[in-house]
Amino acid sequence: MSALTQTTPGAAQSDAAPEKELRPPSYWPFVVPALVVVLAIIIFPWVFTIWMSLNEWKVGSSTTFVGFSNYLRLTSDPRFIEAIGHTLVYTALSVLLPLALGTFAAVVFHQKFPGRGFLRGVFIMPMMATPVAIALVWTMMFHPQLGVLNYLLSLVGIPAQLWVFHPATVIPSLVLVETWQWTPLVMLIVLGGLAAIPTEPYESAQIDGASLWQVFRFITLPLIMPFLFIAGMIRMIDAVKSFDIIFAITQGGPGSASETINIYLYSVAFSYYDLGYGSAIAVVFFLLIVLLAAVMLYARQRMLWTEIANGT
Amino acid sequence: MTPRQINIRQIIGKIGLWFSVFVIVSPAILFFLWMASLSLKFEIDNAAYPPVFIPEHIAWKNYADVLASNRFLTYFVNSLIVTGSATALALLVGVPAGYGIARMAAHKSAIVILIARITPGLSYLIPLFLMFQWLGLLGTLVPQIIIHLVVTVPIVIWIMIGYFETTPMELEEAALIDGATRWQVFRHVALPITKPGIAVAFILAVIFSWNNFVFGIVLAGRETRTLPVAVYNMISFDQLSWGPLAAAALIVTFPVLLLTVFAQRQIVAGLTAGAVKGG
Repeated sequence: MSALTQTTPGAAQSDAAPEKELRPPSYWPFVVPALVVVLAIIIFPWVFTIWMSLNEWKVGSSTTFVGFSNYLRLTSDPRFIEAIGHTLVYTALSVLLPLALGTFAAVVFHQKFPGRGFLRGVFIMPMMATPVAIALVWTMMFHPQLGVLNYLLSLVGIPAQLWVFHPATVIPSLVLVETWQWTPLVMLIVLGGLAAIPTEPYESAQIDGASLWQVFRFITLPLIMPFLFIAGMIRMIDAVKSFDIIFAITQGGPGSASETINIYLYSVAFSYYDLGYGSAIAVVFFLLIVLLAAVMLYARQRMLWTEIANGT
Repeated sequence: MTPRQINIRQIIGKIGLWFSVFVIVSPAILFFLWMASLSLKFEIDNAAYPPVFIPEHIAWKNYADVLASNRFLTYFVNSLIVTGSATALALLVGVPAGYGIARMAAHKSAIVILIARITPGLSYLIPLFLMFQWLGLLGTLVPQIIIHLVVTVPIVIWIMIGYFETTPMELEEAALIDGATRWQVFRHVALPITKPGIAVAFILAVIFSWNNFVFGIVLAGRETRTLPVAVYNMISFDQLSWGPLAAAALIVTFPVLLLTVFAQRQIVAGLTAGAVKGG
């Protein structure tokens, strides 16, 4: 056995040697270790999740194959359906607000002013900072009696709010944190777009006496559209999955007013240890994200078609 | 336009620009200043209304308390081990993989990275949690190191593909003709050129692994918590002592903030390459 295994590879090698120059070198050996890791921690979990979602699978009890009944259960689970609504509202706001503010910030950071590099560094700190640490400080700031936010509101004569402690204001309050955190990312992506814009259109616009808004609306905005789209897509994917901030500040509360799909998924899988049902939620959740991405891609295509049709 | 008009326009433009800069940057600055303020105040000042911004007596004690609590050091070491191992392993497998994928022009393989990017971190946790339970690894740091690879490996591969694609092939071809093995070409020709790329991948992997919270709350036990989980657990236990809490929060995120300021160029390069955060 050992003799065989020792000689065969050697023989194979000497056979292959003359061909070496003819074939492009194989780069497979470079990829294999990563492939093993990816298979183990990304592909395998996915396959296993799909399998689990077809089973009644609770920690501590035996598992039984139940087909699609976990998925059927989802359609009549009011908490899940409510969570979809919360997720969509949270996501829509957490995409649109950072897009608007991030574009504004990018236009500003595109100008030259002293200290720009340092200030840009400060500006991106919120998105790099540890989310849980951030969430903790925001929780203190949201405090209805002692929080600094209500104090700031009182300075401009606005009555105190309950922020994350009231069902009606909890999602907007969390979106405030998310926007504060992720506007810098939109800014960076759009800033990259602005850097690629040629200067000629601006020069002629200046000669024509266009206002700042006109220049932005008719020159800058169309040219950065592809970058805004990418930023919007990344933002959507992250906002849908948002977990740390919501979990650390409200845990889905008060009641279930800020329970998004991801938070509900956590409860099902790791508070109730209903892993089969949790897996079904994970699969549907993933499909929902893919669907949202597809809708955004489609909307973008439609926009391009109308642009072409209008001859612009 | 007369020179005078231009002058006024320029001044108004300058004022407008600085006002905009102020509006944009102040939420970040004020937040972190307030965080620092909370962490340096005694409870009387933190519970005062109207709020005290700059305290008369500075409570360094808050930091001393956090650092002196016997578990904090353990959690800090845990974080170091998890982030350090997950990043080192990711570089070890991810840098060659990025090279291989770039040279084979196997762009379809990027789909896996994309799937990893879209998948919510919790979806990995359910099956891997079971695996770790079966393997009897829960209660050690190994599960967290492995699952942090979900964050670090895609970041490293993605960034390295981008960097290797932009490095010139001519040098490598010349070395191959001279009889160098592929491994030697990679080690002595390709790798040195992409050092900046490796730095970018390293920094981002470290930050996103260090910040990760969701894997820890499921997988960490009492002894194996990383810092973000430890800080979160402090919330539930001492609801009212804001000073030490804010101090702990600042200590946890301080290394990342420091990196952000000093490695801003690398971070911006990496983030705009589209490889933003996994998990």
